[in-house]
Amino acid sequence: MYEVDARGLSCPEPVMLTQAALKSHGNDTVKVLVTEPHSKANVEKFARSQGKTVTVTETGDGFELIIQ
Amino acid sequence: MNLTANKKTLALSGVLLGAIAAVLAYMGNPKNMAMCIACFIRDTAGAMKLHQAAVVQYVRPEIIGIICGAFLIAVVTKEYRSTAGSSPMVRFVLGMIMMIGSLAFLGCPLRMVLRMAAGDLNAYVALIGFVAGVFTGTLALKRGFSLGRAYTVDKASGTILPIAMVVLFVLSLTTTLFVSSEKGPGSMHAPVFIALIGGLLFGAIAQKCRSCFAGCVRDIILMKNFDLLTIVGGIFVVMVIYNIATGNFNLSFTGQPVAHAQHIWNILGMYAVGFAAVLAGGCPLRQLVLAGQGSSDSAVTFLGLFVGAAFCHNFGLAGVAAAAATADAPAVAGGPGINGQVAVIACIVILFIIGFMPKNKKN
Repeated sequence: MYEVDARGLSCPEPVMLTQAALKSHGNDTVKVLVTEPHSKANVEKFARSQGKTVTVTETGDGFELIIQ
Repeated sequence: MNLTANKKTLALSGVLLGAIAAVLAYMGNPKNMAMCIACFIRDTAGAMKLHQAAVVQYVRPEIIGIICGAFLIAVVTKEYRSTAGSSPMVRFVLGMIMMIGSLAFLGCPLRMVLRMAAGDLNAYVALIGFVAGVFTGTLALKRGFSLGRAYTVDKASGTILPIAMVVLFVLSLTTTLFVSSEKGPGSMHAPVFIALIGGLLFGAIAQKCRSCFAGCVRDIILMKNFDLLTIVGGIFVVMVIYNIATGNFNLSFTGQPVAHAQHIWNILGMYAVGFAAVLAGGCPLRQLVLAGQGSSDSAVTFLGLFVGAAFCHNFGLAGVAAAAATADAPAVAGGPGINGQVAVIACIVILFIIGFMPKNKKN
């Protein structure tokens, strides 16, 4: 599993990092960590737009998104 | 209701934001300035005597409302996060630059759209600069620019700005500490509580739909995503209808309220705003909303906007509105004077240093 730690980063960095991860590790499962609800929504929407399935779990300090 | 769910809800958000702006315009806010984050922060700074420009001094309840509206909706929907620590002083400078660029043009990106909706062709010229500025900012992002991570901090930190806004509002109603313009744009305003309610609703809706004027262009460039543009489109359409219905639509470069036709400075002013907004993670409106939902970093950007407004009028950086000749005074071409022109160029140089210095590349 390839992990992207985008916690605490401003828009649009979480989506840009996810975009890069899906480009380089598109065949793997990608885990993205974010802090803000809007970052979670943006990453989730972007991943779905790329035909991926997304599972979101709330963590202590934000959200974990598993993109497959 | 999830306002970011699809294009329809996003467009509805824009329509609601546009409707609020239309009501505020109808109820007395300056022409083509139903809602302007830069102008209204500048007016508030003036009311607190941080600058002495007599025609632009008034505590704008809209600014207080936007911050508090975003705060309240974020608390209710459990999106409030008290965070800080992402290059606060760089954000302060970016806030100042956004204000200097906005006041060279005479409006933030939101007012640029409102001016476009009223037929002000100068705003379409400024849009060229704004898009170019956002594009330059995206190049910096692609090259690895980052202001670094914000971290969760004590919950109280994120409440300080909303509380300060409430105190400001109460003092503005109950004391004579602040001044209000007797003429000029600062003297034109909707009734206080309508402005406050308008601001609260505007802030709450903007928080839910993530409205950002720089973000809408940035997302198209970076990801071919038109979501945020849909919101801006909603605002634009409502204001075009309002302006046509009320006879305020005037397609021209001249005769526009609180505007000038110095094209190069309209372009460069909004270039600086677009560039700075991408580096800061959002336009002035978005900064207010993020500050309301707990970001102390965006609160610092707000302070940069605030101090920048005082600088603009204390040091002659702000643009002057064009005016036709009268019996007492000759015509005024308007635009920023030499101080403002030097400041806008300096701001752009600083943005390139901040955005493209190798030390800013991520590890």
